This record gives sequence, structure tokens and C-alpha cells, in this order.
Amino acid sequence: MEAAAFYGFSILAILSALFILFTKNLIYAAFALFLAFLGVAALYVLAGADFLGVAQVMIYVGGVLVLLIFGIMLTQKGDKSPDPSKPNSIEVLIKREIWGFLLGIGFFLFLLKVIFISDFRMTGDSISSKSTIKTIGVELMTSHLLPFEIAAILLLVALIGAAYLATNRNPTS
Amino acid sequence: MTAIPVQHYLIVAAALFSIGLAISVTKRHFIGILLGIELMLNAVNINLVAFSRHDPERLGGQLFALFVIVVAAAEVTVALAIILRVYGRFKTVDPDKVSELKK
Repeated sequence: MEAAAFYGFSILAILSALFILFTKNLIYAAFALFLAFLGVAALYVLAGADFLGVAQVMIYVGGVLVLLIFGIMLTQKGDKSPDPSKPNSIEVLIKREIWGFLLGIGFFLFLLKVIFISDFRMTGDSISSKSTIKTIGVELMTSHLLPFEIAAILLLVALIGAAYLATNRNPTS
Repeated sequence: MTAIPVQHYLIVAAALFSIGLAISVTKRHFIGILLGIELMLNAVNINLVAFSRHDPERLGGQLFALFVIVVAAAEVTVALAIILRVYGRFKTVDPDKVSELKK
């Protein structure tokens, strides 16, 4: 049962990612990324990370994807006329795709080789079925307090920086 | 709970990472590149969570994954702000066409 859920959600995530790779429409790509994030959240839950799965759904699906869809819609252009001054654009496109696929497949084969030749010996106990929220909260407030505060400052800086960058400081243009 | 070996998680994460890399290289749109980067960050998080299964007292991998999520959220907001500014100035979203610092 657990194995079926694992392989089902893995296939969901990988197929969604492949759809993003092959589609031409960015809105479809964003919605396929939604499915991929849900599959990854399910993998977190299957690995015993319940809090992280919920955080994944809330942050990525509720925040990041909405931002990305806003960005896609704000930068959409009308129908693009073919640029006559660049006759080689088609060729450049195909070349880039071939290199992208070769890079992806080669890197995947390299990672597979590394995974198969490495011999993992897990010494610790495997995770129990109780919730991880208490452990994460205690660890965040004791031994990981400094990274926690730095993350808070990073979020504040990102908020101010994004608001400053996105403001149109020259309204006449 | 540990019926699934950790290698299967690693293989799924490797596949997602490679697809994200191919997306980032292939797409001719700034936001397409961002989609690939988000997918790569998620794939790395799968690795961290899968190894964190064997550390139930301290959960170092899950905490690291949490900070990765925070940094990814901060990154995507700043990147989108920059993309909107670039689009407002150059009227394009193709990274090949944005090749000069000042117009």
C-alpha cells in the first residue's frame, strides 16, 4: 500500500515535470508545477515529514505558484510576429533544446551511477510514526535558533527588496 | 515505515533534478527558468527528507529542508521583481535578448 502510494506520487511528480519540459505554454507549465509540488509533498509525508509536507503545500502551492502565475500574466505579450532580422532563430532554438536534453540526460545518468555505486549504511533508528512537529519546534528554538533568526531577517530583506525593485520609480516613462 | 529503500527516493530526486536542469537550460522565458530552479530545489529537499528518516531525534535533514524552502521563497520574490523591472524596460522576457546593461 505504501509502496503503491510512493510509486504513484513519484510517477505523478516526474510526469508533471516532463510536461513542463515539453509544453510551450507557460500557464500549463505552472499548473503542471502545481501537480509536481503536490507529488513532492506526498513524498515528504511518505518519508515521515508531515510538517514539511504541509509547509510545502502552503508555501509553494499557496505562495510561490500564485506569484509565478502573476508573473507570467504580467509579462505576457500579444501574438509575436516573427522577427525577420534573425533568420537563424529556429536553429538556435533547436540547438538549445538538444543541448538541454543532453545535459539533463547525462546528469541523470551520472547521478544514477553515483547512487548505485554508493553503499549507504543507515545506522540510526528509522523514524517512528509520531508527529515531527514537536521535534522541529524544539530544535528550531534551541540548537537552530541562529539560523532561524537569520531566516527571519532574510525574509524581511527579501520583502523590502522586492517591494523596492518592483516599484516604478519613474512614472513618466 | 521503512519499506521503501532510500535509493528509490534518491532516484526520484535525481530524475526531478535533471528535468529541472533541462527546463532551466531549454526555456526561453525568465519564468520558465524560475520554474526549473524551483523544481531543482524541491528535488534536493527530497534527498534531505529521505535521509532524515534515519535521524528521528534531531531531524537535521528536515530542518535543513525547511530553511531551503524559506530561501526559495525569498529568491522567487526577488527574482520576480527583477523580471518585472526588466520586462518594463526591455519589453521582452527572452534572456537572449537582454544582453546589455543600459539601453
